[in-house]
Amino acid sequence: MNRLWVVVFAGSLLGLSACSTKPMMSDSPMNASSMANLSTTPPSPDPRIGLGAGLFDAEEAIWNMNMLSTSKPPEAFIGVTNSDLAFKGNYAFQGNYNGVQVWDISNPKQPTLTMEYVCPASQSDVSVYDNLMFVSGEGLTGRLDCGSQGVSEAVSQERLRGIRIFDITNIKEPKYIANVQTCRGSHTHSVLKDPKDDENIYIYISGSSSVRSEEEVPGCISAPPSEDPNSALFRIEIIKVPLADPTKAAIVSAPRIFEGLVAPPEHGASPADLIEIQEAKARGEFVVELFGQERVLPGRMLGQIFGPFLEGRGRTLETATAADSAAFREALPGIIAQQFPPRPAREDASPRPGPTQCHDITLYPEIGRAGGACGGYGLMLDITDPANPYRMDAVADSNFSYWHSATFSNDGTKVLFTDEWGGGGQPKCRVGDPKEWGANAYFALAPDGKMDFKGYWKLPAPQSSVENCVAHNGSLIPIPDREIMVQSWYQGGISVFDWTDMENVIEIAFHDRGPVAADHQGNGGSWSVYWYNGLIVSSEISRGLDIFELKPSGFLSENEIAAANSVKLSYLNAQGQPTYVWPNTFALARAYVDQLERSKGLSASQIEATRRSLATAEKSSGSAKSSALSALATELGKSSSNAKVKKLVDVVKGLGSM
Amino acid sequence: MSLVATFFVFLTLSACSTSSNTMSNEAGDSATSNENLEQLFWDRLEEAKSKFTQADVDFMTGMIGHHAQALIMSEMAPKNGASSEIQVLTARIINAQKDEIATMQNWLKERGQTVPEVHIDGTMLMIHGGGDHSMHMPGMLTQEQLDELRDARGLEYDKLFLKYMIQHHQGAVGMVKTLFETDGAGQDELAFKVANDIQVDQLTEIARMELMLKARTN
Repeated sequence: MNRLWVVVFAGSLLGLSACSTKPMMSDSPMNASSMANLSTTPPSPDPRIGLGAGLFDAEEAIWNMNMLSTSKPPEAFIGVTNSDLAFKGNYAFQGNYNGVQVWDISNPKQPTLTMEYVCPASQSDVSVYDNLMFVSGEGLTGRLDCGSQGVSEAVSQERLRGIRIFDITNIKEPKYIANVQTCRGSHTHSVLKDPKDDENIYIYISGSSSVRSEEEVPGCISAPPSEDPNSALFRIEIIKVPLADPTKAAIVSAPRIFEGLVAPPEHGASPADLIEIQEAKARGEFVVELFGQERVLPGRMLGQIFGPFLEGRGRTLETATAADSAAFREALPGIIAQQFPPRPAREDASPRPGPTQCHDITLYPEIGRAGGACGGYGLMLDITDPANPYRMDAVADSNFSYWHSATFSNDGTKVLFTDEWGGGGQPKCRVGDPKEWGANAYFALAPDGKMDFKGYWKLPAPQSSVENCVAHNGSLIPIPDREIMVQSWYQGGISVFDWTDMENVIEIAFHDRGPVAADHQGNGGSWSVYWYNGLIVSSEISRGLDIFELKPSGFLSENEIAAANSVKLSYLNAQGQPTYVWPNTFALARAYVDQLERSKGLSASQIEATRRSLATAEKSSGSAKSSALSALATELGKSSSNAKVKKLVDVVKGLGSM
Repeated sequence: MSLVATFFVFLTLSACSTSSNTMSNEAGDSATSNENLEQLFWDRLEEAKSKFTQADVDFMTGMIGHHAQALIMSEMAPKNGASSEIQVLTARIINAQKDEIATMQNWLKERGQTVPEVHIDGTMLMIHGGGDHSMHMPGMLTQEQLDELRDARGLEYDKLFLKYMIQHHQGAVGMVKTLFETDGAGQDELAFKVANDIQVDQLTEIARMELMLKARTN
């Protein structure tokens, strides 16, 4: 018992010294086998706990990443909330409640500010397509003329709540060419480029604010659909933008994708959690029933409960005996039941209501699907007809407060939803906040759109009560054949995790800063973070733009990172998921070899021989190269029927024919 | 209206010019030192705190009392034998609304306003420093209704809780609507966010509770 107690507090003390790591450049040589001597053990105690506060001088913790740069906001934007990101070519577009900043990130160690456009509106989430830029406006202060004075009248023809459209043909001088006003504003939006339609793009509007006055925007009806079929509630809005004349952008449909929803049965612990519980019991750890589910009592929570318990028995940690420990074990269920009421029994599940709005809608056009995070539901939509999406499936979950955003696996067989419990402004990663609340939920996705729950995962490092923290935006990193994602947790920092096995999600890298302010909850943290052409770019709400790169570790080899970095995107929007396609490269072949070594899909001698052959082939040229690769492909093809070996053979053949 | 006037004066002084776009080649590291930039950051946060009206203050003050009553209603659940489903709902309401109360208190404090302090004694709610705004908000239960809820057990509590919490939430959503329909209100970024988040979360919860109630009434 004493040992546990000590560990608990050592965490917070040691954190102060162990965490203030200065980012370092990667120094490992290329092409070396990166599997050797690389750790898969997370730092202990977790250095994110107890980081010192500061705006530009907060203590930092970083693991398995390098920070390449951090760029403070320009004067016009400092002290005003930075929001979402979009990318085009070498530019990162960073929204801000005061407008948009465009950074040239061709040199990620020293980004330069290409353009700043002051045009206030919350949230100013930004997207780009070709020569167009779209910006969301939701708050009451947004003005058609981009003025900073706000709109003091409750009903005003000067107010903009909806989408602003800019021509960015000259990126240094955006032209503000059009607006589309919407009834509930645009909290955020998603840009859809339909693979079958080259003449238009579509913008799905997620409006969650209250309905505007009809006097301000005619046709905005706040009565429910039962009273008025034209209600602005219970629908999404779809804007069609003709590329030939974007000024003609207009709402073309307002599908009611929420109607007639009832909830599927609720689910209990994931299979992996059940195994974990059994193992913990076998080790004699404290297992408690919390919200109807057995779970291992987290160390820090144990500390908080055990101290007062001992006090009640007139003892301290130093004088505690085995009898105290046994008594504590007996009393624990009662203490827990008192502090945390149980979860509903499954048979008690009642139908759930339809949501009135979506938050984010993640569009994945190549597979014709969208993940809608809509109020109390996660929806799967068919978007093959862009203006007329329909609902394929809906999942609800008593543990999820407010479905926020979705991310698909590259092959479209898995989907992850996040729960932005508390709206992002509240500290929901404290020790006592359940790990299912404000977390990610993982689902297998069938071709017919049906979703099957697999598990939850939440940022493992508890945060303080002055740090707003909850699951937020992120994107897949194109590590071949694996679901690796980077995600923002506001002041919880950014976290990279592997969800290939959805029942056993593993964190593999992170970066975190201490709070913006030590004595009260300041506004800060990572709003969103995305992988873009080898970089991990984060929009820090107060501190600016952070750029990272991944570092090889036991979880992720240098070759896998190099293979990811061979994927090149021409643009990227937050809620538009691209399909990653890997060109045939030696890096990709080596990444597959590393994965085969990890999974023991080939013997050690085969791995060694394959690496040697690849190295020799890469150094040679002409017919020598192609015959070496051809021989390797033949040899590998004979050695195994493993699916990954087949992929490797295809890459090697491809390299040989280049 | 005097506050609105103040708000315009502040903006004219602000460094944040209204004239559309400017260009610069280097961000942050030009003539402006880190210290100056940090000073500007805190100055701007201070300056932003002047963008509020009496309507925003009344909303925050009233909503603190409103939320506090939701805590009273929810904290009864375990003792009154609520079903486990209702207990999850009440646990979340408690967690969410406690945090929101802290946010609203902080908002008022940072703007030099009287901060209502919440005192709960059984079903009695006392708000110090809230004036009339804290006790007579739309959707709030009367003392008789609260005592009725206190005395209800099991299924009766579940049904009564749902009925009253739907009424309570609808009152809160109405308060947000009223706020947004008031000239000059909701221009403060945090006030807008707090009000909007309350509206979004509670609308979601109302719909959920309506079906929970329906399931128990049939």
